[in-house]
Amino acid sequence: MKYLLFICADAAISLSPGQKEEIPRAAQAWVAEMESRGIRLQGHQLRPVSDATTVRVRDGEVLVADGPFAETKEQIAGFDIIEAADLDEAIEVASKHPVSWFGTVEVRPLWQE
Amino acid sequence: MAGVTPDMTQDVGAAVTAAFHAEWGRVVSVLIGVTGDWDLAEECAQDAFAQALRSWPRDGVPRRPGAWLTTVARNRATDRLRRGAVEAARLKEAAMLVAPETAGNDDESGIADERLRLMFTCCHPALALEARVALTLRTLAGLTTTEIARAFLASETTMAKRLVRAKHKIRNAGIPYRVPPAHLLPERTGGVLAVLYLLFNEGYAATAGADLMRAGLCDEAIRLARVLARLMPDEPEAAGLLALMLFHHARRAARTDEAGEIVTLEEQDRSRWDRSEMEEAAALLGAARRRDRAGPYLLQAEIIACHAAAPTAAATDWAQIAVLYKRLSDLAPSPVVELNRAVAVAMADGPAAGLDLLATLERAGPLAGYHLLAATRADLLRRLGHRTEAAAAYREAHGLAVNEAERRFLARRLAEVTGQP
Repeated sequence: MKYLLFICADAAISLSPGQKEEIPRAAQAWVAEMESRGIRLQGHQLRPVSDATTVRVRDGEVLVADGPFAETKEQIAGFDIIEAADLDEAIEVASKHPVSWFGTVEVRPLWQE
Repeated sequence: MAGVTPDMTQDVGAAVTAAFHAEWGRVVSVLIGVTGDWDLAEECAQDAFAQALRSWPRDGVPRRPGAWLTTVARNRATDRLRRGAVEAARLKEAAMLVAPETAGNDDESGIADERLRLMFTCCHPALALEARVALTLRTLAGLTTTEIARAFLASETTMAKRLVRAKHKIRNAGIPYRVPPAHLLPERTGGVLAVLYLLFNEGYAATAGADLMRAGLCDEAIRLARVLARLMPDEPEAAGLLALMLFHHARRAARTDEAGEIVTLEEQDRSRWDRSEMEEAAALLGAARRRDRAGPYLLQAEIIACHAAAPTAAATDWAQIAVLYKRLSDLAPSPVVELNRAVAVAMADGPAAGLDLLATLERAGPLAGYHLLAATRADLLRRLGHRTEAAAAYREAHGLAVNEAERRFLARRLAEVTGQP
């Protein structure tokens, strides 16, 4: 089954210098492991929400605004699409992502017909 | 059909009821295993029991009702899938259903495994706790949506939606139908035990409403705990939970008087305790103790075993109970355990020692607004003869309690300490 992992973290969180070094390294190791296992299909880190733009069309008019769709404490910092045997494997994969140790990883199955 | 021995003297209705309690979960779990379709599995299990009501009076009760019911349900599933099979994939599925009709099919251990798979799937942590409880009652115990709704004081529509949503999530999110692998087993087993204990407690002391015991839920929880303990003989906590439930259940007749009023442990008529249930629980503890890996359920069962062993309330070994609560508190720290420890210490070393522990607990704050904290303080103050302070604490507890029987009990105690009728 295919799942999308939303990698979410509180932008205001302050990491120690040690963590700032360790987390990107751990994230790279995670990508390497999951790709070698044939689990991670694609994914990317995202620019912060300060660089986000929202687009809506109402009555034929394109409404463009600065900022994210919803003002929440935790923001999507990245995403990964994985192929896992079942939810238990997806949970295991998510729990190994370093952001899950201080942020949240939301596991969403892709819609299947 | 082989294995059917016509015996018209049997009470067929009772046999079907007994088979329902014993076999429902088994039939459903086998059918989910072969079809992967939860709704189809339930419907075919229902059909099989309806068929039993029709044919058992005529042909007699089969020697192995479980095997008979499983076969009928499986044939029904095959028919339904065949009839509905428009695509080739569906046909293949139907063909697969016929294949396992071979020897060893009725093998007890193989079928038992299916039920264990069903338990772990129903209690998967990716489902909301209330959904886990409802799903366990529906698929494993065979309670109807109406019965589950009544037991949890929810509307039938709400409960039906909850069950549908849970089954959809299992399918759509890919929750596996299996017993978790060894590295996940300890944490997942804890989740299954927690759901069963929650079921039992919900039946034992209703959190709201007038009746203190909803016996049906207790019986179902004990039945399921029995299945789990048998299927996981190497898990001492499974035996511990079953023993704990049996010890509580053994005291059910003595917990309330004829008028439905609460009788405290101290004042219970111990001759009304169910000795056979207590002996079964004690035997379970004896076997589990040898494994030397006491978990929270086993320790709680040990505590009740101390009460059960005392011929009178005065003969209770409170010092030993205080020690057990300390071990429980070290293993699984919780403010409620600390509250119980305070009671045990008060009984062993005097009310003042207990009040000291209570004061520490009250300063920490997690139990603020919990009626049993105020009720315990009231009781210890009453034992010390501090009637005015005790009355204030009883009033506080009375204001916080929800259960009607508990409220009447607290009102009675308040009247005693204030000397008013």
